[in-house]
Amino acid sequence: MSSNPLLEVKKLKKYFPIKSGILSKTVANVKAVDGIDFTINCGETLGLVGESGCGKSTAGRTILRLLEATEGEVVFEGQNIFNLESEKLRELRKEMQIIFQDPYGSLNPRNTVGDIVGAAYIIHGIARGKEKRQKVLKLLDTVGLREEHIDRYPHEFSGGQRQRISIARALALNPKLVVCDEPLSALDVSIQAQVINLMRDIQQQFNLTYVFISHDLKVVKHISDRVAVMYLGKIVELASKKDMYSSPQHPYTQALLSAIPVPRPGANKNRIILEGDVPSPVDPPDGCRFHTRCWEKINICQEEKPVLKDLGGGHFCACHRR
Amino acid sequence: MKQSGIYKLAKKNPLAVIGIVTCVIWLIAAIIAPLIAPYGPFTQDLPMRYDSPSTEHIMGTDHLGRDVFSRVIWGARISIPAGVIVIVISTLFGGLYGAIAGYMGKLTDEAMMRVADVVMSFPPIILAMAIAAALGPSIMNAVFAIVIVWWPRYARMMRGLVLSTKEAEYVSSAVALGEKKAYVLLKTIVPNCVAPLLVMASVDLGNAILIFSGLGFLGLGVAPPAAEWGVMVAQGVAIFQYWWISFFPGVAILTVAMGFNFIGDAFRDMLDPRLRRQI
Repeated sequence: MSSNPLLEVKKLKKYFPIKSGILSKTVANVKAVDGIDFTINCGETLGLVGESGCGKSTAGRTILRLLEATEGEVVFEGQNIFNLESEKLRELRKEMQIIFQDPYGSLNPRNTVGDIVGAAYIIHGIARGKEKRQKVLKLLDTVGLREEHIDRYPHEFSGGQRQRISIARALALNPKLVVCDEPLSALDVSIQAQVINLMRDIQQQFNLTYVFISHDLKVVKHISDRVAVMYLGKIVELASKKDMYSSPQHPYTQALLSAIPVPRPGANKNRIILEGDVPSPVDPPDGCRFHTRCWEKINICQEEKPVLKDLGGGHFCACHRR
Repeated sequence: MKQSGIYKLAKKNPLAVIGIVTCVIWLIAAIIAPLIAPYGPFTQDLPMRYDSPSTEHIMGTDHLGRDVFSRVIWGARISIPAGVIVIVISTLFGGLYGAIAGYMGKLTDEAMMRVADVVMSFPPIILAMAIAAALGPSIMNAVFAIVIVWWPRYARMMRGLVLSTKEAEYVSSAVALGEKKAYVLLKTIVPNCVAPLLVMASVDLGNAILIFSGLGFLGLGVAPPAAEWGVMVAQGVAIFQYWWISFFPGVAILTVAMGFNFIGDAFRDMLDPRLRRQI
C-alpha cells in the first residue's frame, strides 16, 4: 500500500436549507455534514460508519459532487473537484464511481444490463456496438454474472445479482476511487458475504480505493483498513481498524462497538446503553455534539467544540477527555 | 379451446372493442373516402336541395344540394388528422416543457409553470375561440388555437413525473458516470416518464376532435364550404325541419369522440391501472 493521498477531504460541509414562505426564505439549515476532514491513500479502504441520519451518505455523494457542497474542499489527485468546470468534471468522473445502497432503485428499469453497464462507454465515446458488448461481457464475468444476462432487464434479477450489476457498472471506466454507499444493507446476510468477497477481490484486481459507507460495524471491520465514525455530521473518531476495534477512545464509538452482537450464548457483554435520541441536525447542541448523551461529560463539553486530535499512531479522536 | 385475444378482450372490456371497431371504421372511411363517397364533397345539385334521406342520397342533401353522406365521409379526412396533430404537438411540446421545468427546478420551474398556469386559468373552449377568432378561420389556425390551450395539461403532468423520477438513484448514477445534463434528462429521466403521458394523450384524442368540431360549429375553425363536421352541424341548426343536415355530422362527431375515448380508457387500464382516478 502506497501512502500518497488519493483523496483529501477538507472542512467539507453540506447544509440543506429549509425554506418557507412566499419568498422561499431560508429559515434554517439541516447540517447534514458539518465540517469533516480525512484523507484516503491509494488502495486502501476507509470505512465510514454512523447511525442513520448522521450524514455519511450525504458525505459520500458530496465527495463525488453528486451534491454541491456548501463549503470545503475535496482534493482528488491534487485537484479540488469543486472548482472544476463541467467538462473537466465529466472527465474526472471516469476516476471516481459510486455503488448505491438500493439495488432496485439504482438500475434504470427500461435498460438492459448491457446498456446499463455499457452506458459509460457510450458517454465517454470509448466503445460502441460489438466492442462495447465484448467489454460488458468481460465485466459481467468479473462480477460473476453469466453471458446470457446481458440482454435481460433489471427486474429479472435478484437483489444480489442487481448489486453485482451495479458493481460492474462502477468498474466500467476503471476508476481509482469507488464510494460504496451501504452496498450491502439491502441484501440478505448470506448474499452480503458473497458480495463483500467480490468487492475485496475486485479491489485487488483493479487496485481500487474504497470509501465504504455502512452502519454495519461488522461489515466495516471485515473490509476496511481504517475506520471513521460519524456522529451528527462530524467525524468523532478516525483510526486504523485494529486500533478502532481494540481500543476505541470516543465514548460514542465505545457505545457503538458495545452494541455489536456477540454470536456466543452467555458471552460477557457490557453493553453501553445511550440515553435519549440523536439531537436534530437542524439545531445541533453547542460544544461537543455528543454531550447530551455522554456519560463522561465535563463542563467544557457544553461550551467548546472538540477538535479531531491525534492521539498518536494515526488514531484521531474528537473528545475533550482524551 | 384457447380463446383468441379479441374474444378475451371483448369479454373483459367490451367498451374497448366498441371503441376499436368504431375508430377502425372511421379511419378506413377517411383513407378510402374517394372510393366509398358517392359524390364529391363540393358537388352541388341545386334542384335536389333539402332532399330527405333516400336511396340516392342515403343521408339526404343540404341547402346547396350536396350529398350529406359524402360530406360526412370526406369530413373524417379533416377532423381525425386535426385531432391527431393537436395531440401530437401538445404532447411533444407540453411534455418537453414540463420535463425541462421539472428537471431545472427552482426559479426556472417557477417561471415556466406560472406561464402554464396562466393558460390553464382560462376555460379551454373560450380561450381557443378567442385565439381562433383573432387568427381567422382556417384548419391550421384552429389546430394552433387548440394546441395553445391544450399543452399545459401535458406540461403539468410531465413536470410531476420528472420531479419524482429525477430523485431516483439510477439518475444519480447516470450523473456519476459523467452523462451530460441534457442527456440525463432525455435518455434517462424522460423514457421513464412517458407511459402516463401517452395514456393521457390517447384519452384526450376524442376531446381534441370534439373541441375542433366545436370551433367549426361556432364559425371560428374551418370555414365553409369545407366538409367539416362542426361546420355542417352549424349549417343545419337554423333549418331544423331538415334534421338530416345536422344530425348525421353530429352522429359522426359523437361516434369518433366516443370511440377514441373508449380506446384511451382501455389503453390507460392496460398500461397503468393506478391512473384510473387521475385522468
